[in-house]
Amino acid sequence: MPWLHWGVIAIVLPLAGAMSCFLWPRRAIPLGLVTALGIVACVAGLGWQLVEQGAQRYVVGGWGAPLGIDLYADGLSLLMLMATAAVGLGVSIYSIGYFNREKARYFWPLWMFLWAALNALFLSADIFNLYVTLELLGLAAVALVALAGGAEALTGAMRYLLVSLLGSLFYLLGVALLYHSSGSVDIAILAARVESSPAVWAAVGLISAGLLLKTALFPLHFWLPSTHASAPAPVSALLSALVVKASFYILLRLWLEIFPPTSAVLGQLLALLGAAAVLWGGLQALRQTRLKMLIAYSTVAQLGYLFLAFPLASITGWTGALYMLLSHAVAKTAIFMAVGNILYFGGHDRIADLDRVVQRLPLTVTAFALAGASIMGLPPSGGFIAKWLLLEAAIRSGQWWWGGILILGGLLSAAWVFKVVGYAFTRSRAPHESRAVPVGMEWSALAMSMVAILLGLFASWPLALMEIGLPFGGKGAE
Amino acid sequence: MSWDTGMPLLVLASSLLPGLVIFFLPEERVVTRTTLNLAGATLKLALVGVMIWGVLYGHHYETRLPILPGLDLVLRADPLSILFVALSSILWLVTTVYAIGYLEGSPNRSRFFGFFSLCVTATVGVALAGNLITFLLFYELLTLVTYPLIVHRGTEVARRAGRTYLFYTIAGGTLLLLGTVWLYTLAGSLDFTARGFLSGLDGAHHTALVIIFVLLIGGLGVKAALIPLHGWLPQAMVAPAPVSALLHAVAVVKAGAFGIMRVVYDVYGIQFAATLGVTLPLAIVAAVTIIYGSMRALFQDDLKRRLAFSTVSQVAYIVLGIAIVGPVATIGGLVHLVHQGVMKITLFFCAGNLAETLGIHKVSEMNGVGRRMPWTMAAFTIGTFGMIGAPPLAGFISKWYLGVGALDGGQGWVVFILAGSSLLNAGYFLPILYAAWFKAPPDSWPAERSFGRRETAWALLAPPVVTALLTLAAGLLASAPFSPLQWAHFITTLEYAL
Repeated sequence: MPWLHWGVIAIVLPLAGAMSCFLWPRRAIPLGLVTALGIVACVAGLGWQLVEQGAQRYVVGGWGAPLGIDLYADGLSLLMLMATAAVGLGVSIYSIGYFNREKARYFWPLWMFLWAALNALFLSADIFNLYVTLELLGLAAVALVALAGGAEALTGAMRYLLVSLLGSLFYLLGVALLYHSSGSVDIAILAARVESSPAVWAAVGLISAGLLLKTALFPLHFWLPSTHASAPAPVSALLSALVVKASFYILLRLWLEIFPPTSAVLGQLLALLGAAAVLWGGLQALRQTRLKMLIAYSTVAQLGYLFLAFPLASITGWTGALYMLLSHAVAKTAIFMAVGNILYFGGHDRIADLDRVVQRLPLTVTAFALAGASIMGLPPSGGFIAKWLLLEAAIRSGQWWWGGILILGGLLSAAWVFKVVGYAFTRSRAPHESRAVPVGMEWSALAMSMVAILLGLFASWPLALMEIGLPFGGKGAE
Repeated sequence: MSWDTGMPLLVLASSLLPGLVIFFLPEERVVTRTTLNLAGATLKLALVGVMIWGVLYGHHYETRLPILPGLDLVLRADPLSILFVALSSILWLVTTVYAIGYLEGSPNRSRFFGFFSLCVTATVGVALAGNLITFLLFYELLTLVTYPLIVHRGTEVARRAGRTYLFYTIAGGTLLLLGTVWLYTLAGSLDFTARGFLSGLDGAHHTALVIIFVLLIGGLGVKAALIPLHGWLPQAMVAPAPVSALLHAVAVVKAGAFGIMRVVYDVYGIQFAATLGVTLPLAIVAAVTIIYGSMRALFQDDLKRRLAFSTVSQVAYIVLGIAIVGPVATIGGLVHLVHQGVMKITLFFCAGNLAETLGIHKVSEMNGVGRRMPWTMAAFTIGTFGMIGAPPLAGFISKWYLGVGALDGGQGWVVFILAGSSLLNAGYFLPILYAAWFKAPPDSWPAERSFGRRETAWALLAPPVVTALLTLAAGLLASAPFSPLQWAHFITTLEYAL
């Protein structure tokens, strides 16, 4: 049944959801929730289809490459879609309590639009479509950042917009170069045609630079902390968990499929920057006085881990990085939700004054601690599995120093997690003023953190899904 | 799922589920909370009893959950794990009773007992872990769930102690992780096997195996408080007395010592470890720790701090027993795992009683306390004589086997360490006893609470008396079936293939 493809529905459904939330703002919440559940069902359906039939290629409208739009789904896409669905469902539920009616009108259509862009991006089979979806994603994200209102948020949004456009521009230039030299934008066709030539190398450089800027890899992370910290909590969660990962996904996909096999030096360079990000982000996180800034810097550090897989170039390494991406997405969402609760309750996120707040939010602190355990890579958690795989790959490839970075990064994360959690065990008076946190917000944070923990106990299942269509079996493998 | 596969899970669940429920109980639901605590502890004890019987009659209790390709989480009951599980579940029951009495009326009890149950769950997990990754999982979990107990009082001192504890244990966990992954890449397996599974790798990977050994023992040595990794333990004595009991006797330092046993016996294999040349350095570290801990204990006026340094010294006996290669010394080390726990928990219970009833925290305040609290001090006396190694108490059995084992293994110098340590033990314990029993009591105690005609509350008095009796029984009935000594014999026959 070519007209009923789960992937197509996963893109069309959130678009329809965005439209209907926009048209009926009073019904935005139920409409958004129904859409979210629908998307989760679609992703599950797609997963089932992939398990049954292997990687899927779908030709929208029957035109076919190089003219039409192709969708492609393998284990890598599926994992990204699943991460998005898990985070998306959690954020949707969390947002019910978080936004007031006025904000909710804007939030839901934009968020559904963002979700559509993400799903489309993960399913795109050609590099031009990737550009289009990346641009849509960026615009939706900028609008969401601005949602908080106020000078700080608007400055953050403006900076983000410029960075986002600049990144996309670089990427587009690279795409143009590739198209010029190879005559196609389809990834599969490019994979067969691309050879090492100056034009291709220029394209690789431009594409990488653009995507690294968007992924906020050190030292191009300068825009991330203030942007992520100034956005509303659910939006921060989406940005940290999904949006920066989307550009990483493109980079990974192109690296595995298209980039010339002689890019070993580039791989070492990426890992070097990743290592710097881990250390710098971790140290900066410890120096912050505001909780949201701390968490944002921790995102900088965690993104660094993803790049450590590039020089290892083994299936274990890639699955480790991807598992890191998945568990970080879930755990960081839980943490931003918890921080959102703290802000909602106490009205501030100054770390030094946290004791009066966190003691009265036991569920939220539990969520923070559990998700924190995953971020620092303590077992049992998704973060631990990821760390284990990356360490194993590092030792097996003889490049143990990347493993050392993993270990140091874990220690730095542990330091900030306990710095915050420690406030739950102080003796303090009741806060001056507080606002009761809706039950749904506390429980959705806890549920997300539980998912992060469960990812550590039931890892074999997502790990098996990742391998569908052998996304790492190409040039990137041993 | 048959009974044999479900059993390890049930043992875990018997403390995990009550713990999770307790978190959600309101503060004032004392009866429900107490019932849950005691029911969980009793049930666990009963289940462990069944497992002991089963292991002896050839049942194979094992649960597996695949987490990574080629790696499972394994919970398994073998004779060595039974030794530790039995110890921790008996002492957990006693400590629960004690904690209920100790914390009566204090704030945040639901939180405390929740983490308390999780702590024991993690310990049992450490004991039942069937491979190194499962061990690592529960070992790290133990770190996390003990932290809230150490900082329970929320004072600045407690929080500082908590931070120190985390600093040491997280760093230790990291070393352990590194060693474990490295080992996995070399050996391709992490399953604990009697007499080890690495001996085939020696030729090509000799240096790597030595480094991995250092990493693993370094990670475990933090919790076992081996010199120079012991710094957190004396600081952690600011925690409430039941927590100290847990740290020193039931869970944390024991997890470290037990882990060293696992690595030496069931990962490397004792003979292979001796061939690698890593046992002698380990024995030297243990010997230094024994003497250093005792020397430091001599000069502590704070009673719990003195006991803490004594733990540093006493736990190293276990490691020493492992590192002197030979079946007799092995029996000594194994049996001391149990004996040290029973004796040290008695001492900490008594210290807690003195603090709670009379406000006594220092050795110099203990003059004549034997007349005010005779039962407590009688238990304390049994505990200290056990520590010194006086016959017929538990500690004597341990030291006897260690000494004979050292001579058997041709390591005569160890006997001098043992003798010196016994002298030092006497040096820091006997003055306490003298002051308590023979000096005149002061006119008033620092902060006395009245309990009518009894010397203190029942829930505080019964636990140390029970554990003191266990100390006596472990010595007197050492050759009875199911005594710790007999079980240690049983394990040793397996590890040495006798």
